[in-house]
Amino acid sequence: MAGTTSALRPVSAWGRLSNAPHRLLPQHDRSSLALGAASDGPALPFGNGRSYGDVCLNPGGRLWTTRSLDRFIAFDTASGVITCEAGVLLDEIIQVALPHSWFLPVTPGTRFATLGGAIANDVHGKNHHRAGTLGEHVLALQLARSDGSRIDCSPAQQPQWLAATVGGLGLTGLIVSATLQLAAVPGPWLQTEAVPFQSLDEFFHLSRASEAGWAYTVSWVDCVHAAGPAVAQNTRGIFFRANHAAHAGTPAPAASHAVPLTPPFSLVNRLSLRAFNSLYFQRQRRRSGVQWQGVLPFFYPLDNLRDWNRIYGPAGFFQYQCVVPQAVQADATAALLQAIRASGQGSFLAVLKTFGDRPAAGLLSFPMAGTTLALDFPNEGARTERLFERLDAIVSDAGGRLYPAKDARMGRALFEQGYPGLQAFQHFRDPGLSSAMSRRLTGQ
Amino acid sequence: MTAQTSPRVLIIGANSAIASALARRYAGRGARLLLLGRRADALQAAAADLRVRGAAEVGIELFEADAVDQHPALLARAWARWQGLDIALVAHGVLPDQAAAQASATVAVASFDTNARSVLSLLTTLANQFEAQGSGVIGVISSPAGDRGRASNYVYGAAKAAVTTLCSGLRHRLHRSGVRVLTILPGFVDTPMTAGLPKGPLWAQPERVAADIEHALVSRNGTLYTPWFWRWIMLIVLHLPQALLLRSKL
Repeated sequence: MAGTTSALRPVSAWGRLSNAPHRLLPQHDRSSLALGAASDGPALPFGNGRSYGDVCLNPGGRLWTTRSLDRFIAFDTASGVITCEAGVLLDEIIQVALPHSWFLPVTPGTRFATLGGAIANDVHGKNHHRAGTLGEHVLALQLARSDGSRIDCSPAQQPQWLAATVGGLGLTGLIVSATLQLAAVPGPWLQTEAVPFQSLDEFFHLSRASEAGWAYTVSWVDCVHAAGPAVAQNTRGIFFRANHAAHAGTPAPAASHAVPLTPPFSLVNRLSLRAFNSLYFQRQRRRSGVQWQGVLPFFYPLDNLRDWNRIYGPAGFFQYQCVVPQAVQADATAALLQAIRASGQGSFLAVLKTFGDRPAAGLLSFPMAGTTLALDFPNEGARTERLFERLDAIVSDAGGRLYPAKDARMGRALFEQGYPGLQAFQHFRDPGLSSAMSRRLTGQ
Repeated sequence: MTAQTSPRVLIIGANSAIASALARRYAGRGARLLLLGRRADALQAAAADLRVRGAAEVGIELFEADAVDQHPALLARAWARWQGLDIALVAHGVLPDQAAAQASATVAVASFDTNARSVLSLLTTLANQFEAQGSGVIGVISSPAGDRGRASNYVYGAAKAAVTTLCSGLRHRLHRSGVRVLTILPGFVDTPMTAGLPKGPLWAQPERVAADIEHALVSRNGTLYTPWFWRWIMLIVLHLPQALLLRSKL
């Protein structure tokens, strides 16, 4: 067999903001990893490249790519405990587990992330108020360090390593395999309800009223519609809530489409933004009420539009996702939406959700009790950065933080202020690992 | 599907990228799989994976392509396991470094043995087993490299030419007994075997190739180029006038 030489290849994250060469070291065999040579620069684990910014990038260094580390190791269909290599996609776990009435305990908005990537970013989902982050459901994981050693950790065994690796941004080592406690579900259906709202007060009221009775809650907000100066009173959106429920039949597979090429400019602009948001609001309002939905279309609407990240054109896009604490969430969220509206920038899918009050699974976990806002912005250079600086100031004053899985540009001060667990985390870093993000935010 | 009626599938060279992608497809359909390969730990890892993905049963056996004297006994055991087989896939192979192979007769012969002699050995036994059973399909991974000898890979190509010819002869012979033989000719596939080669737009993922193979194994009795466009590429290469070919760098 030809040797597995490591090739220099351009690599982009999901936001397509850069395309710098990396030395790729594909991992095929969990018992014998191809870690490469330290002389080729620091290394970083890389899953399926679904994080947006630079958390998964390491230009000039090595990437340990894990997509071919994709074997299941064990699945107990009675207890819902599943063990697999870290390059398995969440999609593959669903395919294996759902026929046995098990589902991911927590899922992000794409099922095309690897399990390792999802753990390293300690992803959350629409059920944060019930289930917290994915890290809370990790029963064990194996970490490979750049010195060749392995660390097995779990909530009972070396829990400090688990806490550092969950949300550890890939910097504590390569997650080789992990064991997850899946959630029991009655089948592939959800009972969902869409409730239009016309103000932020209404949104917060709906959130409070829904959290006890609904496993999943999330809202879409119209980030451009401005009916008046008072943002809190004039923020329209749709509140979605859902529960797993038994229902006959199998959900029809959604039609899958792809964005075939990158347009020369962003298709998301002032005009299309206003039109889309109005159309979307009116359409969802007409369809409001209770309905049955399959788990795939409910959780992953964008996964059916392959390469959707191309619509932002060759300059790529940012996602800005922040959380602000409960005590100040109403005012801070209004201020954020006001700043976005004033800028005229934004995207089709602005997402608002309240997080529950749960102890963090990881030292650098993102969620905190409060409200999170997430939206995409086409990269318009300095104009976009000026808006982000205004948003950063609001988040910082509120005592909130930004989500590293989405970030490509926050400053070191905001990171340090938002993540008090950083100092403790530094002890667990693998000295052979680094990323564009870690160099930007920690200097190494 | 019960364990007694699910398809019985033998995969030789089960740890190759194309074979493991195909094994996953069969596992998802609840098949019974017997994996033959060189490395016990890799076979065990694959078996555990395929069980989780839905295989009714997965067995493993160590297999050494060059140990041809062991092949008949190994295949007899494989056949006895479920009293016959529905599908056998021969997928093992090595891609020799052409420069090394043309510089050393030992290297050239060793790779020819692994890629051609071992397949002759396996197919001789398998053909007799399937012929006696009177049903089933044998899939063999050959290569378009065997269609016409070229400077860049003729040692590998010569072995694959032998495999392709062997397959077409067996297809002819077994036609009467209701056994099909599928010659599989994958183009450039992005696998660990080709990790050292530069990649371009003609490269395909093993999952895509496996889907084509699974589909063809259902009813085809002939040759499968995968992805499909390799049929046309090789048609051109095959009909390229000698004078042109000699001046090319193919």
